[in-house]
Amino acid sequence: MATADLSTKRGSPFRRREIWEGYLFAAPFLIGFLVFVAFPMGWALVLNFQSYNLLSPPRWVGMDNLTQVGADPKVWQSLWNTAYYAFASVPLQLALAFVCAVLLNQPIRGRNFYRTALYMPVIVPIVVSAFIWQRAYHPDFGIINEVISWFGFAPRAWLFEPALAIPAFVFMRIWVMGTQMVIFLAGLQNVPVVLLEAAALDGAGAWRKFWNVTVPIMTPVIFFNLIVGIIGNFQVFAPALIMTKGGPQDATLFMVLYIYRNAFEYSKLGYAAALSWVLFVVIILLTIVQFRFSGRWVYYEND
Amino acid sequence: METTIRSSQFAEAAAHAAAQKRQRARNSWFSRMGVHLLLLLLSIMSLVPVLWMISSSLKASTEIFVTPIEWLPRTPRWENYPAIFARAPIMLYFWNTMIICVFSVLGVLLSSSLVAFSFSRLRWPGRNFFFGLLLATMMLPGIILIVPRFLMFSYIFRWPGPWIGSFLPLIVPMFFATNGIYVFLIRQFFLGIPVELEDAARMDGANSLRILWQIFIPLSKPVMITLVILTFMQVYNEFLEPLVYLKPTTWTLAVGIRAMNDAAYATSWELVFATGTFMLAPMVIIFFAAQRYFVEGVTLSGFGGR
Repeated sequence: MATADLSTKRGSPFRRREIWEGYLFAAPFLIGFLVFVAFPMGWALVLNFQSYNLLSPPRWVGMDNLTQVGADPKVWQSLWNTAYYAFASVPLQLALAFVCAVLLNQPIRGRNFYRTALYMPVIVPIVVSAFIWQRAYHPDFGIINEVISWFGFAPRAWLFEPALAIPAFVFMRIWVMGTQMVIFLAGLQNVPVVLLEAAALDGAGAWRKFWNVTVPIMTPVIFFNLIVGIIGNFQVFAPALIMTKGGPQDATLFMVLYIYRNAFEYSKLGYAAALSWVLFVVIILLTIVQFRFSGRWVYYEND
Repeated sequence: METTIRSSQFAEAAAHAAAQKRQRARNSWFSRMGVHLLLLLLSIMSLVPVLWMISSSLKASTEIFVTPIEWLPRTPRWENYPAIFARAPIMLYFWNTMIICVFSVLGVLLSSSLVAFSFSRLRWPGRNFFFGLLLATMMLPGIILIVPRFLMFSYIFRWPGPWIGSFLPLIVPMFFATNGIYVFLIRQFFLGIPVELEDAARMDGANSLRILWQIFIPLSKPVMITLVILTFMQVYNEFLEPLVYLKPTTWTLAVGIRAMNDAAYATSWELVFATGTFMLAPMVIIFFAAQRYFVEGVTLSGFGGR
């Protein structure tokens, strides 16, 4: 006890050295945060109030960028597209991943094959998957129309019809659900067998056990996947740039793509910075809302 | 009399139970087959797009632009693969990618283990605040940093030359532990290492750097391997940042082959598919060589949440 007291005392040489080493070891992050995160964010905040096209020096324009954000129909369109995409793909993806995880958690034959196969899309680089799907959705030579024709459906021009483009993107997103599935599988290992047995003794069938034991225990994992999924999917960019270039008729113009265009195609850096702050605030608000409502459905054992 | 009634009742009940059991067995057979059918269907849906790419990479254009589509090439055209290197400087993109990957992995391992040691084993004022800050950076949308970082790398960071167009904007931040998730993963691992080991070393006069280097890092091999794979995968995949910071001679595979895709969309799918297969191959190799670490990394970090 006495030694512990000595070593935690602020003035002791051991303690002084620990503090000194603490800062020294954390220095890469402390410096990196200042230089590569805090400073750029501050700059983005300043850019908010500037008009800057790289050719002439930045000019102060006050609130012009922000009022323009409110008046620009493309901002609303891209926000809507992004929200539509994220709120459709995340729940569907999580539901499918959860079902697959539960099925694969049983001792069935061929489990390893199924797990590997379902996981495979995760290892496909995003750019490569964009190549594949851009062509899979091709009206004449794509596999999607071929497959749906076997069931008697007429071919569609998926990526060329505004109403179908986002659903096509959502399907492509759900295709990559291996990550969430594996996270659920890891979580399922923590469902206490005692609870499942107790429920079985009380006469609960498989379905009741699933709904009343497995799902509640898994809610923290579902919540984690939901938070990560919404933050990630609100930043969708590469597939839209590669497959549709934001079209048809801006149907896949997502927020990040619109910001990218303003900054690096239209050279409106001030406006792009303002838009990126808007996106940041939207993501933060959504995260806060999810945490607010989490108390209603997420179950923590310690409560 | 009484006994016969009882026994017949018993027999009836037994028969009933047996029938129920058979019914249950049949139900469970059906449900098992249902599960297999569902999983098989989903597995096919997962694999077919990738297999279609690989198969089409071996076709002639004339076998691709036909309806109804043909699933397999009549005779595999292996010459499509050498052809992609003539079409675009794919090998240059590949080496660029490798250089960025190797330095990023080095940077992440070095900086993250230092910072993780500080956050898990050293007590200093403000530690919790800064750890919170580190976790908060994980929520930051990358795009908000890209516009000002682009300006920063164009106008402020100009030594030894302008950073824009070089690998530096992608590599240098990796040496500054700016990726919270990696620090977090190592910290969690370090927290599990017994304090006694550290105390004994301190008694012998070892400083923190020696303790980290000689005790913690050797003990953390699994998490280090996981990190190598995660960082490699992330950098290999990254699209937006290389697109903004690099120029055609420093392009990575992801950015370089995208330019080729745009040019070849109307004409030569087989070349684009061959390029795609080429880019996928290293991922497949790493996946099967280190499946455990691969899946573990994804599980721990929630990565691929793209």
